[in-house]
Amino acid sequence: MTEPQHIKLADESLAKQSTTLNLGPTHPATHGVFQNVLEVDGERVLRTEPTIGYIHRAFEKIAERRPYYQITPLTDRLNYCSAPINNIGWHLTVEKLLGITTPKRVDYLRVIVMELARIADHLVCNSVIGVDTGALTGFTYVFQYREKIYEIFEEICGARLTTNMGRFGGFERNFTQAAWDKLDDFMATLPKAFKEFEDLLNRNRIFMERCMGAGPLTAEMALAYSVTGPNLRAAGVDYDVRVANPYSSYEDFDFKIPVGTTGDVYDRFMVRNLEVWESMGIISQAIEKLKDLDPSVYHADVPEFYLPDKHKVYTQMEALIYHFKIIMGETEILPGEVYHAVEGGNGEVGYYLISDGGRAPYRLHFRRPCFIYYQVYPEIIKNGLLSDAIVTLSSLNVIAGELDA
Amino acid sequence: MTNEKIREQLTEKFGEQLSFETPYGMLSVTAPADQNLKVLQFLFDTEELGFRFLTDLTAVHYPDRNGKELVIVYHLHNLFENVRMRVKVAVPVEKPDVFTATSLFPGANWMERETYDFYGVNFVGHPDLRRILNADEMDYFPLRKEYTLEDPKRTDKDDEMFGRGGKIATTVSDVK
Amino acid sequence: MPRPVQYNTNEKVKFVDLPQGYAGEGFYATSFDKVVGLARKNSLWPLPFATSCCGIEFMATMGSNYDLARFGSERMGFTPRQCDMLLVAGTISKKLGPILRQVYVQMAEPRWVVAIGACASSGGIFDSYSVLQGIDQVIPVDVYVPGCPPRPEGIIDGILKLQELVGNESLRRRTSDQYKSLMESYGIQ
Repeated sequence: MTEPQHIKLADESLAKQSTTLNLGPTHPATHGVFQNVLEVDGERVLRTEPTIGYIHRAFEKIAERRPYYQITPLTDRLNYCSAPINNIGWHLTVEKLLGITTPKRVDYLRVIVMELARIADHLVCNSVIGVDTGALTGFTYVFQYREKIYEIFEEICGARLTTNMGRFGGFERNFTQAAWDKLDDFMATLPKAFKEFEDLLNRNRIFMERCMGAGPLTAEMALAYSVTGPNLRAAGVDYDVRVANPYSSYEDFDFKIPVGTTGDVYDRFMVRNLEVWESMGIISQAIEKLKDLDPSVYHADVPEFYLPDKHKVYTQMEALIYHFKIIMGETEILPGEVYHAVEGGNGEVGYYLISDGGRAPYRLHFRRPCFIYYQVYPEIIKNGLLSDAIVTLSSLNVIAGELDA
Repeated sequence: MTNEKIREQLTEKFGEQLSFETPYGMLSVTAPADQNLKVLQFLFDTEELGFRFLTDLTAVHYPDRNGKELVIVYHLHNLFENVRMRVKVAVPVEKPDVFTATSLFPGANWMERETYDFYGVNFVGHPDLRRILNADEMDYFPLRKEYTLEDPKRTDKDDEMFGRGGKIATTVSDVK
Repeated sequence: MPRPVQYNTNEKVKFVDLPQGYAGEGFYATSFDKVVGLARKNSLWPLPFATSCCGIEFMATMGSNYDLARFGSERMGFTPRQCDMLLVAGTISKKLGPILRQVYVQMAEPRWVVAIGACASSGGIFDSYSVLQGIDQVIPVDVYVPGCPPRPEGIIDGILKLQELVGNESLRRRTSDQYKSLMESYGIQ
């Protein structure tokens, strides 16, 4: 049979009987823009060649030009499904550099916000695994709760998705009563709804057959490839930055780390489900603990780095000077280098900051978990079926913003 | 395992070639360029040290340091004892050759490609060293300090709009 | 009961008038482009080209809280051959530019493009070497929706403005010289 002129087959593929399939950058199953050129033999995937960089926005270069507080909006756009975790991680890094300690109430409020963001991220990931196997109902049902989380974020900082939340030393304003009411409403209604979502998929015959055994990741391979987050925990290793290097008073909370056994798609799905329950537990504990603390405290007392309230700026001289210095980026930042990590929705989000005392960082590097663990994708789909490759891709929760930065 | 013990073990093995600092509690070891793989291997293999998880790999460009402009930084983590440390290696920008860490840590593959893409560090022995985030046709290494943030071939905005002087004469010789 | 029967008519439901025409017993005569415009604008099938954060806001817009399906965009086709509205949501980098162009070229006439978000409209906050400063450098755009990310109400507003454009478009637009020269300027046949 002659080769058709308009189709270019890979070398020797006719002899090898394999097909080259382009799972291109724009594809409904790849939630984000990354390309995989698959070589398939019938339905079986032989090898794949991933290409990324389709949304490279040069965050690290941009960060070298901006004063410290202007980098917070950049950090939201890394893992945009759980933006507050990135923001607070950046604030913690700079607070570590400057030696600022935040009061307990600020820590607990930050914990509430981070756990809400983690719930939002896992809700998206799990419902999207459902969508990829055909269960669209879970997605539309669960998105309603994401809207509730967005409303809570809006009460706290004004924005829904890319929150730019908080300042160095705390929050820009205290949580309003409306925020607490919405949080109580959310905590009252989510358990029942999430239980319904779990009932839809957890013991569903079709879902289990589809997901068990797909894309298995062993613990040794996961550690060798520096995988972190729910993917590592599903492989069996209980490494969680909240427990290993506690930040923002996580050591005061009592929560478990769910761990899987085989690291396949079903284990990752279950680990994320259980993490949502644990996060809900952490939020209720935080709300309890907050009852004993002084409700007017929402930031640390660091006037050199925390923008003062407007009425003080208009009346007091020092506040005016600090306001001017902070906005113009003339604050005295200590030179030094620091690495700080937080547990994001996908794993360890690290910030490596080198400061030379100037108004912008000398070097800021984001340790992005998605970028690092996406390398393992070609290994785990070898010799699997094509449909398993699709479901594995969505279960890894690869978020394009974090992949390319 | 404290920073002191790690320091002792490393000095015992490598002697005076290493220099140590401890910014913000994390031990930071600077090693000569050709010893990087040996240091990483030592930290990996030794039972008491056991740094078997590569958290991060990146580079920094210091254009003022002659002969040591590009500094490659490895962040390591011992998951059992929960200790982190940092290893740094400096290379000159004319010949930025460093041994690859992919034989020890397969996860370093893409991290090294990213470092190559941004800084031009040549990782000797890397299985597939090509650009990962930028377009393959790009001919310069964008994160080096001499390059601007914006595309140099831009025609619709000039230096003045980017706050860099530009058409406004900044020295007497510009006024002609 | 009085005819025609009307229940639940409160002021919130907007009643749209019929296009200008001549009505009679069992027929309604109006000009062809008005009918075609009416049909097209109320059944715009979107092709989401979602790259980053605006994509998540777009997903929220398609969800049940800010339902986009009530404006006719029920079926989100993921293939360019079957859709008429390309919704570019998110940052487009220079590496992705040719791919966006290829997707646009694969769409059949009539086709419209909505640039959702600041990054798609003009590069957004990322004025860097790798980001395309607005998708109108590679494809012609009809509606720009500003915001970072725009609220779902904003996205819906943008699509409603597009509906106005679609409803009032002349049937001869796609074969006119002005349109042809627009395509030429982008290098699209």
